Amino acid sequence: MLVRSLEFKQRAQEALQDERLQRNLERIGVRFKLGRDLAFAALEDPEGLRNLGRAIKERSLANLPLLLETLEARVKEAGGVVHWARNAKEACTIVCDLARERGVRTVVKGKSMVTEEIALNQALQAQGVEVWETDLGEFIIQLAGEPPSHIIGPAVHKSKDQIAELFAEKLGVERVEAPEELTRIAREKLREKFLGADMGITGANAAVAETGSIVLLENEGNIRLSVTLPRIHVALVGIEKVIPTLDDLAVILALLPRSATGQKLSSYTSIITGPRRPGELDGPEEFHLILLDNGRSRILADPDRRQSLFCLRCGSCLNVCPVYRKVGGHSYGWVYSGPIGAVLTPQLVPPRLARDLPFASTLCGACAEVCPVKIELPKLLLTMRQRLTEDPNFDGGIPLMMRLAARAHGWLLTRPALYRLAMDGARLASRFLARDGRWSWLPPPVSRWASKRQVPSLARPFSRVWPSVQRKLMQGGDGS
Amino acid sequence: MKVALFVPCIVQDFHPQVAEATAMVLARAGMDVSYPKGQTCCGQLQYKSGNWKSARKVARHFIEVFQDSEAVVAPSGSCVSMVRKYYPELFRDKAHWRDRAQELGKRVFELTEFLVQVAQVEDLGAKWEAKAVYHDSCQVYRALGIHKEPRVLLSRVRGLELVEMDQADVCCGFGGSFSLQFPAVSEAMVAEKVSHILATGAELLVSAEISCLMNIGGYLRKQGHRVEALHIAELLARGGE
Repeated sequence: MLVRSLEFKQRAQEALQDERLQRNLERIGVRFKLGRDLAFAALEDPEGLRNLGRAIKERSLANLPLLLETLEARVKEAGGVVHWARNAKEACTIVCDLARERGVRTVVKGKSMVTEEIALNQALQAQGVEVWETDLGEFIIQLAGEPPSHIIGPAVHKSKDQIAELFAEKLGVERVEAPEELTRIAREKLREKFLGADMGITGANAAVAETGSIVLLENEGNIRLSVTLPRIHVALVGIEKVIPTLDDLAVILALLPRSATGQKLSSYTSIITGPRRPGELDGPEEFHLILLDNGRSRILADPDRRQSLFCLRCGSCLNVCPVYRKVGGHSYGWVYSGPIGAVLTPQLVPPRLARDLPFASTLCGACAEVCPVKIELPKLLLTMRQRLTEDPNFDGGIPLMMRLAARAHGWLLTRPALYRLAMDGARLASRFLARDGRWSWLPPPVSRWASKRQVPSLARPFSRVWPSVQRKLMQGGDGS
Repeated sequence: MKVALFVPCIVQDFHPQVAEATAMVLARAGMDVSYPKGQTCCGQLQYKSGNWKSARKVARHFIEVFQDSEAVVAPSGSCVSMVRKYYPELFRDKAHWRDRAQELGKRVFELTEFLVQVAQVEDLGAKWEAKAVYHDSCQVYRALGIHKEPRVLLSRVRGLELVEMDQADVCCGFGGSFSLQFPAVSEAMVAEKVSHILATGAELLVSAEISCLMNIGGYLRKQGHRVEALHIAELLARGGE
């Protein structure tokens, strides 16, 4: 997918002026955040569960090569085929070749962020394959020609009247607004696609090494249809998704739906092991597992950034992020948005294309508070800021003015006398520029800041006030 | 107990009255207050903008200025969390400085946590007849876990009616350089914060973090709202005998 993260500032500004989007974004707080909080409050030991989840991801990533080999062996034993893809291009080529060799004309897809990451739909469509997203949200944005704006609610930025308009325009149906009716229209349209499809493509919420299974969570049943009806099932899975055992899966299953939607369990939890076996009534004839690296092993190799790979893609950090809730997912300009998007994007795409994202956060920490596997998101954002600013491998290109200002300020801060002199100079200047707290001139970008807020004027510094304060303290009174 | 005052850079030159109030409050809590010379800033601007080399130099300066203090108290949560949480990170590969940072970090306190947990004083004899709402700054509440302490202190102020706002723990949108780099987003966030403040009908907005106060207070004043933004030290210092 084309990286448009450099447009963050501009797109955020547009998003803020889009009143309908602002109303749609407000709903996220009610729909997802509240549900998550209630689901965790009902747990006996939510912290313990989150610690367990983090420990599983830590352990899995520490043993990743071994786990992946075990997974490969088990999938083969179950009759599946395992493919390894180093990057997006290789992954797309594998799927496109499979489709061509097997005469695939129609593909149905379950919701998958990783296929968005590698822009698989576009690759398949380029060779004439018809691709249908079957998750309702994904179906909506596919019709709209938009990328997902939220990890679990791809069309969360759209209201039902916008969806009604879209369906009427793109599907040639009568305009209806009732969610049940809209769902019925999508279901009818998709049912024929399910029955006619030759290939089902999904992601996976986890892959279990000991059994060679992939795990799929959903609420609509569309993924189950995508993996059982077509004759070929292809699952695209990032290498970080593998966990050792079904016992570990139990922890992930307790954390993920609660964090994502506030559910104790998703409506459908499918554990898929290989293709249809002799004597079985349903399931695909072929099962292909594509294990995708696409930058992940690079992140894995860096101890400071490794925890970025713990992410379960629950989206809860987006729901509580005050920045995401103002600017929406599309502002982030690529596949993943919100705090985790700001951390992952500069690691998965050329860093200079996403250099603003780690700075587009107030580091308020609301994200880390809800992360089911306790990813220290503010710490990662700070690490990414440092890499982009100081590490030549990251070639960040932070606004030069900001970099210079921070360094000059830092230089002065270790020279108290000079710092005092500089601030006294600023105070002197402010006497001509500020009257009664109103400034006649301020340098950019402070001038913009001042357009909405009163900027305090420089006062007599405390260091000069201190002797008189000290006298008051010594007299034992405080003069009040 | 001897307490060294750490005056954050914003307080030093823009809101010196907050430092004065902090000194008064500490004295009233029975502390012997000093103001170590040569102090400048904690270096969080450098750290948070990715300039860790520069931040390390500022951090070393801070550690040297305050290393002999029995306790260091600052009227700002973000400066305290910088020293306590992030200095050890900055010096992760430099054992000597890391140890010094960790050791000092244990003795650096945010004002309200120091008063309630260390000095164990809750009633400072303050008096202020007003309806006040307290803003849970991210760097005070989330970073340092300080939530109860300011409320305990405020509940003992005579005449003060303390109310809670909706979404008190949601960020005000300052975020240091964030508000300069992404002004439109920051403005939308502070506007929302202010709408929650106004909805309470409070006359005072109180916080333990000077940066939030500069942001929210600046917005309140510019928009002509009558709500006064005050640092909790200013409120606690008032009217005590």
